[in-house]
Amino acid sequence: MDKGRLLLDRERMALTIDRLCYQLIEEFDDFSNTCIIGIQQRGVLLAERILNRLDEAMGIKNVEFGKLDITFYRDDFRRRDKPLEASATNIDFLVENKNVILVDDVLYTGRTVSAALAALNHYGRPGKVELLVMVDRRFNRHLPVKSTFRGLRVDSLDEAYVRVEWTESEGQDRVLLFGHKKDMD
Amino acid sequence: MSTVTQHLSTRHLLGIKDLTPEDIHLIFHTSDNFKEVINRPIKKVPSLRDVTIANLFFENSTRTRISFELAEKRLSADVVNFSASSSSVKKGETLLDTVNNILSMKVDMVVMRHPAPGAPKFLSEHIDANIINAGDGTHEHPTQALLDAYSMREKVGDLTGKKVAIFGDILHSRVALSNIFCLQKLGAEVTVCGPPTLIPKHIDKLGVNVSYDRKETLQWCDIANILRIQLERQDIKYFPSLREYAQYFGIDRRVLDQAGKELVIMHPGPINRGVEISSDVADSEHSIILQQVENGVAVRMAVLYLLAAQT
Repeated sequence: MDKGRLLLDRERMALTIDRLCYQLIEEFDDFSNTCIIGIQQRGVLLAERILNRLDEAMGIKNVEFGKLDITFYRDDFRRRDKPLEASATNIDFLVENKNVILVDDVLYTGRTVSAALAALNHYGRPGKVELLVMVDRRFNRHLPVKSTFRGLRVDSLDEAYVRVEWTESEGQDRVLLFGHKKDMD
Repeated sequence: MSTVTQHLSTRHLLGIKDLTPEDIHLIFHTSDNFKEVINRPIKKVPSLRDVTIANLFFENSTRTRISFELAEKRLSADVVNFSASSSSVKKGETLLDTVNNILSMKVDMVVMRHPAPGAPKFLSEHIDANIINAGDGTHEHPTQALLDAYSMREKVGDLTGKKVAIFGDILHSRVALSNIFCLQKLGAEVTVCGPPTLIPKHIDKLGVNVSYDRKETLQWCDIANILRIQLERQDIKYFPSLREYAQYFGIDRRVLDQAGKELVIMHPGPINRGVEISSDVADSEHSIILQQVENGVAVRMAVLYLLAAQT
């Protein structure tokens, strides 16, 4: 059983999240026309952390925040054995003309982001959409998608698997790299 | 990205009888998400964009048909509609031939309403598409029962131990039978109430209580689901007159007030106002009749979505 190689531990991850927050402030100032949308389910955890840090450490409150579920927009429905269970979408504002920061944990093939962009269109026509991810896996993109803000760049083989873990769901904050998806416990 | 995979235990929705409680909860959970979708400014998702669905209605319908069609369109499916009155069925074609011809045109799912009980089951044994029963004679109407239970759950929470009374024409009602199966699978207690001629013999074998007294039943129940008197299925006289039915079995403000408690009032439609339910009850604040219709689209979207995954 492969225990996975540690790419980021708790301290490094906290530093990375802080850096991402500063980058966002540089770009969006006081977030007056900007909203953060986390992709269900793993992207929401990162988005919530970012919101927390913006509030606690940098005094930026009341950033508009939404959760977007992309299950019904996936391009592999009826092509995989079983359907994925949907999570809640919760966006109680229109993104019309706003800057949208789309947040996910890992960018890999780009298909999730593509589905999220399709889903986002149903909440209005955003002014500008940026993508923020914890891990950007550079190789094996299926679609022309790139991240604007990223915590960590990983170059790995196609069969490798990167997992971002959170205290809320796995008990600790860390990023792991596995040689093969089936090696994960 | 969600990573939990779940699926129904069946490829077809022929009746509630074949579903497990887990299936019903999965449908409800998925319906919650679709309810959010249909309340968006843009009420459409692309999930079923490569799926073609035939709606075969061999019997009249307004609500169910529009509800299914909206559900299909909001999932981006391609839809073909068929009604028996304007088709070759009139020329003597058999059901199997009709459906096989439609399937040759590459249809993936069939939603069917038919006057003969068991017609959807017969089809499911002979053809490859997913079949959804939209009402077969006096047998079952599963999506109606699912949306009824979903609406009850939305109003009063978990149905375990809740008391539900079904009033009216139980004998001719497919809604009653599907409701009984569905509510029992969700742990609710069911009483049927109506004139003895409209209550099937041996229905107590299904584990439901039988009552012929509307006042007593209203006092007992938390939720009253009032069914329509199905005059079109009544070949003989089951009661002397509509007026007499309204007087002894209709639910009006007066009997509701006598029950002296908060009840949830439901009706699957179409309503015969002044017969089984009076206008002031149907339009009262206790009534969730219009919520039932709204939920119908979300529940049917969930059923179509989950079955479409079972290729």
